[in-house]
Amino acid sequence: MQITITVNGTTHTRDVEPRTLLVDFLRDHLGLTGTNIGCDTSQCGACTIHMDSQSVKSCTVLAVQADGADLTTIEGLANGSLHPMQQAFWDNHGLQCGYCTPGMIMSATKLVEGNPGISEAEIRHGLEGNICRCTGYQNIVKAVQQAAGEMGGD
Amino acid sequence: MSKYMGKAVKRVEDPRFIQGRGKYVANLKLANMGHAAIKRSPFAHAKINGVDASAAKALDGVIAVYTGQDLQAAGVGSLPCGFNPPGIVTAPHMPLAVDKVRHVGDGVAVVIANDIYTAYDALDLIEVDYEPLPAVVDAKKATAADAPQVHDEIPNNTSFHWPLGESDTVMGAMNESDHVVELDFINQRLIPNAMEPRACVAEWNAFTEEMTVWTSSQNPHLIRLLMSMATLGIPENRLRVISPDVGGGFGSKIFHYPEEVIVPWCSKQLGQPVKWVSTRSEAFVTDAHGRDHVTTAKLGVNNDGTFTALHVQTWANMGAYLSTFAPMIPTALYITLFSGLYKIPHIFGESWGTMTNTVPVDAYRGAGRPEASYLLERLIDIAARDLNMDPIELRRKNFIQPDEFPYQTPVAMVYDSGDYDQLFDKAMEVSGYNEMIEERDRARQEGRLVGIGVSGCIEASGAGPSKVVTSLGAGVGLWEHGLVRVHPTGKISVLTGTHAHGQGHETTFAQLVADELGVPMDDIEIVHGDTSKTPFGLGTYASRSAAVGGTAIMKSCEKIREKMKAIAAYQLEAAVEDMVYDQENGTIHVQGSPDRSKTFVDISVAALMGHIPDDMEPSLEEATFFDPPNFTFPNSAHIAMVEVDKESGEISLLKYAAVDDVGNVINPMIVEGQLQGGIVQGVGQALLEHGIYDEDGQLLTGTFLDYAMPRADDVPMSALGRIEIPSPSNPLGVKGAGEMGTIAGTPTVANAVMDALHPLGVRHVDIPHTAAAIHGAIQSASVSAD
Ligand code: FES
Ligand code: FES
Repeated sequence: MQITITVNGTTHTRDVEPRTLLVDFLRDHLGLTGTNIGCDTSQCGACTIHMDSQSVKSCTVLAVQADGADLTTIEGLANGSLHPMQQAFWDNHGLQCGYCTPGMIMSATKLVEGNPGISEAEIRHGLEGNICRCTGYQNIVKAVQQAAGEMGGD
Repeated sequence: MSKYMGKAVKRVEDPRFIQGRGKYVANLKLANMGHAAIKRSPFAHAKINGVDASAAKALDGVIAVYTGQDLQAAGVGSLPCGFNPPGIVTAPHMPLAVDKVRHVGDGVAVVIANDIYTAYDALDLIEVDYEPLPAVVDAKKATAADAPQVHDEIPNNTSFHWPLGESDTVMGAMNESDHVVELDFINQRLIPNAMEPRACVAEWNAFTEEMTVWTSSQNPHLIRLLMSMATLGIPENRLRVISPDVGGGFGSKIFHYPEEVIVPWCSKQLGQPVKWVSTRSEAFVTDAHGRDHVTTAKLGVNNDGTFTALHVQTWANMGAYLSTFAPMIPTALYITLFSGLYKIPHIFGESWGTMTNTVPVDAYRGAGRPEASYLLERLIDIAARDLNMDPIELRRKNFIQPDEFPYQTPVAMVYDSGDYDQLFDKAMEVSGYNEMIEERDRARQEGRLVGIGVSGCIEASGAGPSKVVTSLGAGVGLWEHGLVRVHPTGKISVLTGTHAHGQGHETTFAQLVADELGVPMDDIEIVHGDTSKTPFGLGTYASRSAAVGGTAIMKSCEKIREKMKAIAAYQLEAAVEDMVYDQENGTIHVQGSPDRSKTFVDISVAALMGHIPDDMEPSLEEATFFDPPNFTFPNSAHIAMVEVDKESGEISLLKYAAVDDVGNVINPMIVEGQLQGGIVQGVGQALLEHGIYDEDGQLLTGTFLDYAMPRADDVPMSALGRIEIPSPSNPLGVKGAGEMGTIAGTPTVANAVMDALHPLGVRHVDIPHTAAAIHGAIQSASVSAD
């Protein structure tokens, strides 16, 4: 099937098998390997991207379902510079092995949108769909709090 | 004054990770690459009467299908076990099963196809004729006379028995004690679940006759050695193993796995690169699991609280095959830690390593030491209740005192340093222990189930010396290598045999070298994880990298400084003894005449291109193999507070405070990160995680839906504190910080839950303390109270 998807501002038209997962399309067809795969049951959030300004787990979407959609992956979150969320993860040591990080950052940016004063409990609850095995979440929560303040509700 | 050491320097590896440029094996794409998928057994135990792959081979897009017999016929060897205590009985472990499968997930055949979707389609077309056999999953039941036999070679499923101490003497002392605490309990099976599933890409180059293997591993050199020596038989000098960024390991990526044999073998067979990436479902049934002990323990204690004797018997589940270091975990890394922070005059421990129809069990964060700490700290907690003593007071009564180091325990270890009273003073302060007690007692008066748990744990990390470790049965020494190469421009490459998988070595080792040589951190590059770039090294596990690998690097820096001084002396026509190396800025001057000096770059150029003494070899490249004289002994005091919901049994972790002595600290931000992450893994074992097999050997917890990983809202912020007693075992004075949190987290929280249930008369509930388990305990307590 032919699909047309815009990713990080570039429009791609490709033939895909209908069963192709969006995450595989991004990684294998477009070479955007920044989006990681951590599970096969939609439980870990490693594959989170933005699709038409919502955060979605790209392993739960078929590429054909994203036909016509506008996607942002970690590679396109801030063109060349660092998004305040990326900066905050760096500043607060919000990552260790880095594998959950792209998904965490993509989830977190949507989570704090419009909520600059987001509470610790809200952040913890909001990131429940993203598993990190390394950090114990403490510095992730701090990073998200910092970025939320800096993003000022954007 | 150090510019970098001891500072919370931000990590140099982060920019690539936060921008999606991590170099994980799964991201690698080579031209003409085939994709491998593995047919795995759905049975825990079955004979293979035949494999029919004809339909799979005929599928469009399938390149080849190979079975266990194909690999065996080609001379592929068994996966070796690298720790063999006296008397161990072993059996072959073929990368693909040949005549029998022994656990769910055991590999039977491999498909290579043009794309991974086709490879999975082909798996469904392979017909395996299985003849199911009865299974055994429990470590102790496996030794029963009528238990199904996992391997013909291993009678009674008992691979080894490892005793330490004199059982009779210890029981004699036990019988003379005022009081004996006895406990039968389990330390449940855990599944490591690093977030990056394992992956392997292999490329055989027929032109150069060289094999390159990219694998997600904590110790690529060791994997290369085992591939060369045991499984693939490719000489080391024709085999390159690269482990780029590793997305977490926690022990599970130490071992040599079947796929690291299958994938390279297929690549050579087919003359094209081959890639395999584990799915999470495969990871659950193939990554080595952790813990899984059945234990009977007794602690003797006198009425004044003095410990008299400890006697422990453990049946350790090894799973279906002996994984690379499996027998080391319930023996040399477990029984040797039974003394904890305490003076216990008589200790006996013994363990049996038993085979079952489950996934192999090997090192998982802490590896043996969490099991030792959990058992001791649970026993002590029960003793405190039986004697009606404050749990901290009871511990203090038995602490090894600061002036008693080095302290020889009855179980082989010689502890290097510590101050456990100071540690607990600080932990009581950081946690607000006294207020916590008041809070708990108020809650109790209101009828709420609130509890406080404490633990005092010890770890042995940075194992060594090699002679001792190998005499215990290890197939490798535990030295480490560090090479410092100063390029003519003054830039520096540091080659280390350790390999980070989240620990931030590119940052901490650069901090170390920057201060040792007085150069900017930016000028230093850390090279690791590639056997063609770095000389042999032993990898990263057991919290050894800073203590052993860091020391090797430090000593190489010392040699560089000495050589630079000699070159500068020659050029300045001064005596070497009069040269001063200024570690602030990397300049070298003549004592008393700061203007007679050379810069770091001056000497870097000169070493290769210029004037050096006649009897000196050119270059500034120095290597050190550091073999530590002893382990280091990080130690901790952790305190937690929980509330149990009376109706549901659900537990809320309200507070967590941790004070650790990990010796000197290179980067406090990274050390705290290690502790925070470690603690949450420990909490996971206490409250959530459990790898459960049913009687038939089916894994009931094979996805993140059934295996409860700690999530962001399961844990509170923890309050951390530190005391720094430098380790005398290495010149950096570091002790290792990677595992302490996990070791301490489990007993701390379990003790808190048991304290919460104490008013109901509950003595012990096995972990994990899930809502269901605690609800059950509350129900039976109220029944027996009625
Ligand atoms: S990979 Fe998508 S949720 Fe785990
Ligand atoms: S940083 Fe390793 S899983 Fe989150």
